Amino acid sequence: MRYSGFKVLKEALTGHKGWTPAWRDPEPQAHYDIVIIGGGGHGLATAYYLAKEFQQKRIAVLEKGWIGGGNVGRNTTIIRSNYLLDGNEPFYEFSLKLWEGLEQDFNYNAMISQRGILNLIHSDAQRDAFVRRGNAMLLNGADAELLTTAQIKERYPFLNTEDARFPIKGGLAQHRGGTVRHDAVAWGYARGADSRGVDIIQNCEVTGFRIENGKCLGVETSRGFIGAGKVGCAVAGSSGRLMAKAEMRLPIESHVLQAFVSEGLKPVLPGVITFGAGHFYCSQSDKGGLVFGGDIDGYNSYAQRGNLPVVEDVCEGGMAIFPAFGRARLLRMWGGIMDMSMDGSPIIDKTHIDGLYFNGGWCYGGFKATPASGFCFAHLLARDTPHPTATAYRFDRFEKGLMIDEKGMGNQPNLH
Amino acid sequence: MIIEHPLLGPRDAAEFTYLGDARLIDRPDWQSETAAKDFFEYGYLRDNPAGWHQELWFHEAGDRSWLVITRNTITHEISKVELARDVARSRGRSK
Repeated sequence: MRYSGFKVLKEALTGHKGWTPAWRDPEPQAHYDIVIIGGGGHGLATAYYLAKEFQQKRIAVLEKGWIGGGNVGRNTTIIRSNYLLDGNEPFYEFSLKLWEGLEQDFNYNAMISQRGILNLIHSDAQRDAFVRRGNAMLLNGADAELLTTAQIKERYPFLNTEDARFPIKGGLAQHRGGTVRHDAVAWGYARGADSRGVDIIQNCEVTGFRIENGKCLGVETSRGFIGAGKVGCAVAGSSGRLMAKAEMRLPIESHVLQAFVSEGLKPVLPGVITFGAGHFYCSQSDKGGLVFGGDIDGYNSYAQRGNLPVVEDVCEGGMAIFPAFGRARLLRMWGGIMDMSMDGSPIIDKTHIDGLYFNGGWCYGGFKATPASGFCFAHLLARDTPHPTATAYRFDRFEKGLMIDEKGMGNQPNLH
Repeated sequence: MIIEHPLLGPRDAAEFTYLGDARLIDRPDWQSETAAKDFFEYGYLRDNPAGWHQELWFHEAGDRSWLVITRNTITHEISKVELARDVARSRGRSK
């Protein structure tokens, strides 16, 4: 069924009797050409592009809970492509371009809103760094604009540019950045994949891999063995846990990142703003809630909940830049589990086991990457070669010294 | 989280910074034939278990001692806190 304004009108006049479920609930078959583990944004996007762009057949997505119940439903919904390094920027710009056409492409309203993102500058050194970053973005075909203090005053009159402790010296804006209704991304990809014949199998936990003579033949699941020509793992957050079943140790630690949403307010914040003198970012959802977050808690965790010192730290950052928001009450807070990699960048690569492919290590930047991650992983699964924008996301980059370390922090995952 | 420091008693986890897996104590032998591979694995690969995890914490805002903490990564429960010095010595490192 194709969704359209005409369809909504027709259903409104005929008692809404014509709507059907957006995806099926099939029983797993004994064998598939490609099995994707993980029914989150990245796994569903991979299946969608495999079926749509790479004409693959007989695909299944296995999800241990319900689709979209992990990080795609637990993030701060921001999309952007303001990266610096060659290994990253073309990939994230490819992702932003896919976001721009996504709703038409998969015929689903994901409420993609290019309301812009602004990174504030508070010192001369920071201005130099952001000028460099903006130039790198322009060189890779992304948009970037360096704003002066006067321009910021005009566009964001509620910001205090003269603060004695954190004066605002300017900002780097990416006007094509913005926010997306995150759950709708999972649902849109699921519906698009399902309508092209992909089996989305929920409540099906992978308990092991069947590997013989260095080749992966399929997966053991809570619903029996499922054979597969190729297996793709897209379970960021739980990558360490899953790949341990294939006896792999990864350049990844799992950490918890908290996010917060306030009560609904009248429109107060246009676009996404990041505070440059601390780690704090904030946007306002279409329902009016202020959605914000900051640093990860900093210790290994699979708990999907964090601790109070980080809550205090994030709120201090918020109060430093938006003191008015101190009057808003906090509605909800939650934690999601991140694959924190050793250089802060992801991995989309084959493993040393024939037929077993890996997508993970997204740190806390996975949501914005969803379309390109799915596209590039589908490219790798279908053609056995990396997509041109994802050639740097290899397993062996750590051994070869080819790290993609945006922050220059080294192999200390909790600092990325 | 509250960390039961072996010398100082219960301390707020916010006084500490976190390094990671306590296997970082077991630094490979740089003279070994396989040193390059050993140091790659030591520096970059992690077990990352869901469950009990031995890890290194540094009491930065306290007595600046290194601790080995046994903590559950699913519940954040801490079952054991030792001085990293004692752990390293028991593994035959240092003097």
